[in-house]
Amino acid sequence: MIVEAPLIVEARGIHKHFGALHVLKGVDLLVAERELVFVIGPSGSGKSTLLRCLNRLEEPSAGSVMVDGIDMLDRRTDINRARQRIGMVFQSFNLYPHMTALGNVTLALRKVAQKPRDEAEALGLAALDRVGLRDRAGHTPGQLSGGQAQRVAIARAIALEPRVMLFDEPTSSLDPELVGSVLAVMRELRESGMTMVVVSHEMGFARAAADRVVFMDDGLIVEQGPPAAIFAAPQQARTQAFISQIQRH
Amino acid sequence: MTGWERFLDTFFNARVMAKYWPDILYGMVVTVELAVLVVISGIAAGLALALLRALGIRVFNWLLIFVVDVLRALPPLVIIVLIYFGLPSVDIVPSGFVSTWLALALVLMAFSEEIFWAGITAVPRGQWEAARSTGLSFIQTLLGVVMPQALRLTIPPLTSRTIAITKGTALGSVVAVSEILGQASSAVSNSYNPSPLMLGAAAYLVLFIPVVVAGRWVETRFAWKR
Repeated sequence: MIVEAPLIVEARGIHKHFGALHVLKGVDLLVAERELVFVIGPSGSGKSTLLRCLNRLEEPSAGSVMVDGIDMLDRRTDINRARQRIGMVFQSFNLYPHMTALGNVTLALRKVAQKPRDEAEALGLAALDRVGLRDRAGHTPGQLSGGQAQRVAIARAIALEPRVMLFDEPTSSLDPELVGSVLAVMRELRESGMTMVVVSHEMGFARAAADRVVFMDDGLIVEQGPPAAIFAAPQQARTQAFISQIQRH
Repeated sequence: MTGWERFLDTFFNARVMAKYWPDILYGMVVTVELAVLVVISGIAAGLALALLRALGIRVFNWLLIFVVDVLRALPPLVIIVLIYFGLPSVDIVPSGFVSTWLALALVLMAFSEEIFWAGITAVPRGQWEAARSTGLSFIQTLLGVVMPQALRLTIPPLTSRTIAITKGTALGSVVAVSEILGQASSAVSNSYNPSPLMLGAAAYLVLFIPVVVAGRWVETRFAWKR
């Protein structure tokens, strides 16, 4: 561990099979409070699956997942309550197309957190304000640019005041000129002390903002450490190959 | 009499039409009642079945798919006759009206279930995942996020299917329902003149042309504008 703080995410011994495919082969991922962990690796290495196991969008085949002291895999756990504490942002935004930006942000506030409409809207507007889109509250997703849509998706997640945020390739489907606005919001979140697990190819952001970089390949964590160490002096051959490949671009 | 006059006297006989138009009007009322009942109950039942199918209970879904496929394969007239002549053998004696209503509602239920289900499966997986990740339950996600999008996709096919099945109310004439066609054909046998059929045809046009036009408007209004 790099940061001496209580653990928010404790995933241990995670295996995941998709039929005959063994996607995760015993992964441990521990994330401390206020830590930003960056997960990198070639496509198909299992990094997105690992992320999705943390909020049980994917059911691990074996292992344990504790988030903020809650056993995510226990049948007695109220998974819907637990998921309120874990925000997630997806590669393809997944905004609800039939609702306005504000409607997207307030849906779970009203239905899950049980806030009355006016309170939900006040919280929703505050969340949109935080991502710089308060003036787009009445727009539908079709009227937003990709970068704006992803920021609304981030607002939807942070409005519930989660203890940890999961980012699954948040900028991969954005045009290059729109990436910066999303990364700026993520940086602001980071500075506010949000615990974050980020699967992404934005190596510049990883260098600047990550506490720890985790390199995954073939369903296993191959190597992890501070970004400077991973990027400048990777120890494992597979990490070296991956780093040199991405740095050629 | 010229040929043209003979044609008019046969098919547009004013005396016959004057005598039987109240019967045809009464038939229109019955047709509208029947159609409204079929549309409401058939679509409601189809929607309910599609929602139940979303729960993913395997044995229930097998049964559901089997029943729906049978209902879609059988001609509606066969179902009407089965209900009208078959149910009395188990001491249930439905009227012709009820038999027709039930049969057409079942057929519309089957088709609309398939249409609603297609709509539900057309909503991207990411919508489910985003909603569930914020803590919404399966039911909340289905009703609050997925169905509003699915319904939009289903409106065009559902409209044309509904119009097709509503016209099937004419089949009720076979089991003595006094809807438009039933009234017209009994008037034909009583008057030995086909003019009431022309009245009946006019009645169908008066009823269904607005429905078809409205249907086209609905289809273009809701088609893939997302």
